[in-house]
Amino acid sequence: MDINAIRAGVTVAALITFLGIVAWAWSSRRRADFEAAARLPLEEDDADHAREKEQ
Amino acid sequence: MNDTQYNYKVVRQFAVMTVIWGIVGMLVGVIIAAQLAWPALNFDIPWLTYGRLRPLHTNAVIFAFGGSALFATSYYAVQRTCHARLFGGPLVAFTFWGWQIVIVLAAITLPLGYTTAKEYAELEWPIDILIALVWVAYAIVFFGTIATRKVKHIYVANWFFGAFILTVALLHIVNSAEVPAGFLKSYSAYAGVQDAMVQWWYGHNAVGFFLTAGFLGMMYYFIPKQAGRPVYSYRLSIVHFWALIFTYMWAGPHHLHYTALPDWAQSIGMIFSLILLAPSWGGMINGIMTLSGAWHKLRTDPILKFLIVSLSFYGMSTFEGPMMSIKTVNALSHYTDWTVGHVHSGALGWVAMISIGSLYYLLPRLFGRTEMYSTKAITLHFWITTIGIVLYIASMWIAGVMQGLMWRAVNEDGTLTYTFVESVKATYPYYVIRLTGGLLVLSGMFVMAWNMFKTIAAGKAVEGQIPPVSAGSGLDAPAHA
Repeated sequence: MDINAIRAGVTVAALITFLGIVAWAWSSRRRADFEAAARLPLEEDDADHAREKEQ
Repeated sequence: MNDTQYNYKVVRQFAVMTVIWGIVGMLVGVIIAAQLAWPALNFDIPWLTYGRLRPLHTNAVIFAFGGSALFATSYYAVQRTCHARLFGGPLVAFTFWGWQIVIVLAAITLPLGYTTAKEYAELEWPIDILIALVWVAYAIVFFGTIATRKVKHIYVANWFFGAFILTVALLHIVNSAEVPAGFLKSYSAYAGVQDAMVQWWYGHNAVGFFLTAGFLGMMYYFIPKQAGRPVYSYRLSIVHFWALIFTYMWAGPHHLHYTALPDWAQSIGMIFSLILLAPSWGGMINGIMTLSGAWHKLRTDPILKFLIVSLSFYGMSTFEGPMMSIKTVNALSHYTDWTVGHVHSGALGWVAMISIGSLYYLLPRLFGRTEMYSTKAITLHFWITTIGIVLYIASMWIAGVMQGLMWRAVNEDGTLTYTFVESVKATYPYYVIRLTGGLLVLSGMFVMAWNMFKTIAAGKAVEGQIPPVSAGSGLDAPAHA
C-alpha cells in the first residue's frame, strides 16, 4: 500500500479516536464517576500536622 | 517510615531545592541579561562568557528549578490522591540525589564549554545516561504508586504528571542518541535537516510536556486545594488532556520556518500550533473557573493570586505562541527578542508563578504549620514578581518587533536600510529594562527563601498520615490496576 495512504489513515484514525474520547467524556453515564474523581483532592485529611502533635 | 505514612521527606528535599535552584538559575539569567547590556561584564574570562552561561541559565531554570518543583509536587499529589506511600523504596532517594548530581555536573561542564550544542539538551553523553537512569526510576516510583493506590480513580493531575514523565523519557532518549568521541565529546546520531527536526521535536515537546503538562498537573491539584473547590469541569479536564496529547507532538516544525525543512512539514507545524490554542485555553478556563463562586478569595489570598495570575500568563503565552507560529508572523518575529519575551511570559509568568504558588501551599504542610511564616512576604513576592515579569516581557516585545522591522527594512534600490549593529544599538535601553525586570523577579525569590527558612525554623518536619482504606469517602473500592 502507498505510504501516504497509511499516513492519511493514521491521521483519520487519530481524529476519530479523539472524537470518541470527547463523546465518552460527555456521556451522562460517566457523570457520577467524574464527580467522585473531582472530589479526590478535597476529601483527604488536611490536618496531618495536628495529628503529628498528638503522637 | 512505614506504610501508614506518606513519604514527605523527598517532597521536602525537592521543595527546598526548588527555591535554591530558582535563585541560582535566575541569578545566572540576571548576569547574562546584564552582559547583553554591558558586554564587558564577562571580564574576558571564558567561563563567564554569554555562550557558556546562557545554556547554564536555561538548564538551571528549566531542569533544576522547574524539575525540582515537578518532582516535589508530583510526589506529593500522587501520594495524597492515591492514598498510598511512594512506591520503589530506595529508588525514591535515588531520584533526588541522582537529579541533584545531574544539576551539579551541568553547572560544572557547561561553563567549561562541554556542550552538544543542542538547545535545552546541551549536556554531554555521560550526563545524558545519568538523566535517563534517574528518569526511569522516576517513572517506576510514580507509576508504581498509581498501581498500588487505595482509591478507585486516578485523579486528573496524575494523568498530566504521568504524560509528562513518559514523554520526557521518550524525548530525552531519542534526541540524545549520539556517538561518543571521547569522554566529554559526542556527535548526534542524526545529520542535517533530520537532526534539526529531531532537535525541535524534542525542543517544542520539552515546552509542551516538561513545561506545560507537568505544571498543568500542579494546576489541577493545587488550585482546587487552595480554593477549596473541585475543578470547574472534570470532563473538560479529560478532553483538555487528550487534546494536548494528540496535538503537541506535531508543533515542533514551527521552530524551523523558512529553513531547509520541507515546506509541507513547516505547514503541519504551523497548523498544529494553531490548533493548540483550543486545548490550551480550555485548560486555562478550567483552572480559572475553578474559582467561580469564590472570587473573593483572590482579594485576600496571595497564594491564589500566584496560581490564578500564572494561568493568565499561560493564556497569554498560548495565544501568542500559535500567533508566532504563523509563517508570515514568524518572518517578523523569529531570531528577534520577541521570542525571548514569549518564552519568559511562559517560563516566568506561567511555570515559575504556578510553582511558587504551589510551593507556598506545600511548604507549611511539610513542616507542620498551617501557613507560611509571613503571608505579607508572599504578597510582596507576588507584586515584585508580577511587575518584574511585565517589565521583562513588555521590553522584549518592543525590542523584538523593532528588530524585526529594522532587519527587513529596504531602501528603494533594494539595499538594507539598517546595518545589524544599528538594531543592536537601538535595543540597548530595552536590555536595561529587561535586566531591571529580571532583578525584580530574582529579588522576589530571595524574599521567598527568607520566608521558607523562617517557616522551617518555626516548624518541624512531619509525615502525612495515609487514611485507612475504609475512610476513602465512598471511594473505598480496591484498586483494580
